[in-house]
Amino acid sequence: METSIGWQLLPMTLADGLSLGVMYAIIALGYTLVYGVLGLINFAHSEVFMVGGIVGVELLIYVLTPTSLHPLIQLALALLGAGFAAAAVAWGVERYAYYPLRSRPGSGSLAPLITGIGVSLVLMDTVRLFESFFGHFERPFPSIAWFEETYAVSEHLILSYKSLVIWGLGGGFLALVHGLVNRTRWGLALRAVAQDTHAAMLLGIESRKMVVLAFVLGGFLAGMGGVLYALQFGKINAFSGFVPGIKAFTAAVLGGIGSIPGAVLGGILLGLIEMLAGTYLPLLTDGAIGSEYKDIVTFLLLILVLLCRPTGLLGKPKAEKV
Amino acid sequence: MRLKASFIAVMFGVLSTTAATIALSAPQVLKIVTHSPLSGAQSTTGETIKFGTQLAVDDFGKILEPYNAKLVLQAEDDQSNPTVGVANANRLIGDASVIGIIGHFNSGVAMATTEVYAKANLVMISPANTNPKITERASTSKIANRVCGRDDVQGPAAQSFMSSHLKAKKIYVINDKTAYGSGLAQEFEKASRKAGVQVLLSTGVDEKETDFSSILNRAVIEKPDVIFFGGIYSQGGLLLKQMRQKHIESVLLGGDGLDSAELQTIAGAANIRNVYFTSVAMPLNQLPKAKSFIETYKTKFKKSPDGFAVASYDAAHALILATAESLKAKKGQAVDRADIAANVRKVNFEGLTGTIAFDNKGDIKAARYVVIEAGATPAQNKTAAVITK
Repeated sequence: METSIGWQLLPMTLADGLSLGVMYAIIALGYTLVYGVLGLINFAHSEVFMVGGIVGVELLIYVLTPTSLHPLIQLALALLGAGFAAAAVAWGVERYAYYPLRSRPGSGSLAPLITGIGVSLVLMDTVRLFESFFGHFERPFPSIAWFEETYAVSEHLILSYKSLVIWGLGGGFLALVHGLVNRTRWGLALRAVAQDTHAAMLLGIESRKMVVLAFVLGGFLAGMGGVLYALQFGKINAFSGFVPGIKAFTAAVLGGIGSIPGAVLGGILLGLIEMLAGTYLPLLTDGAIGSEYKDIVTFLLLILVLLCRPTGLLGKPKAEKV
Repeated sequence: MRLKASFIAVMFGVLSTTAATIALSAPQVLKIVTHSPLSGAQSTTGETIKFGTQLAVDDFGKILEPYNAKLVLQAEDDQSNPTVGVANANRLIGDASVIGIIGHFNSGVAMATTEVYAKANLVMISPANTNPKITERASTSKIANRVCGRDDVQGPAAQSFMSSHLKAKKIYVINDKTAYGSGLAQEFEKASRKAGVQVLLSTGVDEKETDFSSILNRAVIEKPDVIFFGGIYSQGGLLLKQMRQKHIESVLLGGDGLDSAELQTIAGAANIRNVYFTSVAMPLNQLPKAKSFIETYKTKFKKSPDGFAVASYDAAHALILATAESLKAKKGQAVDRADIAANVRKVNFEGLTGTIAFDNKGDIKAARYVVIEAGATPAQNKTAAVITK
């Protein structure tokens, strides 16, 4: 009985794990892009994600669902709105929090880190305050029946249109970023700055512009990720960025921070592991260990991976500069 | 320049004479403090505790006037966080004008703060804390009281409703790992196992978790009759939404943590089918005496009250009566907190929710539990059963 249930659960567990993983991957790209060019962990990124999600959900509630547009077009418009809003916030964070600090000598690496945490708290509570003016806190994703329709692949693999949309869009975003970074002149410049800021400047690349590009691109993605998060889980609030942010950061480290394919691989692996652990821990232990302990498994695996490959799965060790 | 100086001198003179007159006739200001979440996910309910108490201060504050005391409300925000609660509590015990606490909403917070209140004999009357331990610990036995029921009765009450009305045979029990949620779920699970109900899965989820698919995928296959959730509406609403999205039609049963208008907002009206929760706060339409309370509340705060607002009103009423007794006996001397705490145990009056009288532990003598079936809107909530202890 128990084993048969285990097998029956596998397809759905993998499908839901993939949805979660795509979400992590989209956020993780923002961490990795900024780390790539600046060597900075942008702790405000999780709140950029949250702002995007809130903007997208508000757009849907007040502007888009009252129209009779197709749900997919509504979602596309909400994604664009959220992306631009989040990109604007990311730009603002870089311009007014990180840049003034970076341009002063002797600020080291600790000051920007603390600034990031500070900005993160400010954004969180500003959004909460703003929402409270309207008596809101939790922002539920509007019920759009189309997303909940299902397509039965087999008896035990029933996919909602929602998951298919998330996979499709997630895959699209990731491919787009990959193309942008590897196939365009902007991408080339970005990679040059990531490799060596000073050498890139000597070659006539405006490194400052590339830093802004990394923030804005990561912010745009995170904003759209926020809307997908609200779609998948049903609601978002001012504090919703924190946990996914930590997990996505973990994913970026797992995949090798600074590496774009690494962030994607790390995100998807983390989502799958988390979902598998949540499902099978109580099943295999006959209820002795509940789903709530899934993070133990997840993070033990992370430590193991880092012990074997300290730079993450796809990260390259930094070449020693002599 | 000289003009300015003389102006200031005159102002100073005016001010000091006013201050002197005030000092002669001014009554001593006493404070009732509400201590509940006013920000964060649970602020909706936290606010009703504050507003309910405010109305009690408006209505009964004059009871203290003969003793030259003026009663005011001070609202504190515990953010549903024990650390914040304890920090506030340490500040509050130092303020001699504080006569007592109405709160908290979260048992986990109350458990931590009562240890601080007890140091200064500062009495707490809770409108919402149902964890049994609140009134069972020796260290806080003199000051911790509640006007609501307890989880060790609420859990079995939910179970008896489940077995008699829902005829459930196989169930899931989920808790949010907080003192409230896991306490309630444990008592419910214990009673269920005793009654021969098959518990297919008993698990916790982190209180910040938003993804229930690892539990719900299993429910798709095992089809439990009832999914019991020991936790708060912000998560319960989401659990319900995800259940229905996965086409799981099991009954969702929970405790008073689900008792909020936000439940419908988060889950979506279309998903409210077969949702029941037990509550220690009577639905307002079950309280004939609360009619004028509801109207005043609506005109004053432009919001609808819930059961916790009425419970807070009664709790504050009890505190005011106890304080009056204490001031009467002490003839206008400084406030004696230990005496107020002792007097709280002696009150006996008809409140809006029923008879308010405490046993020697601080539990209310006649607790009532109600099972509510959630409707598409909070106004459509229906009373499914009333169980008296």
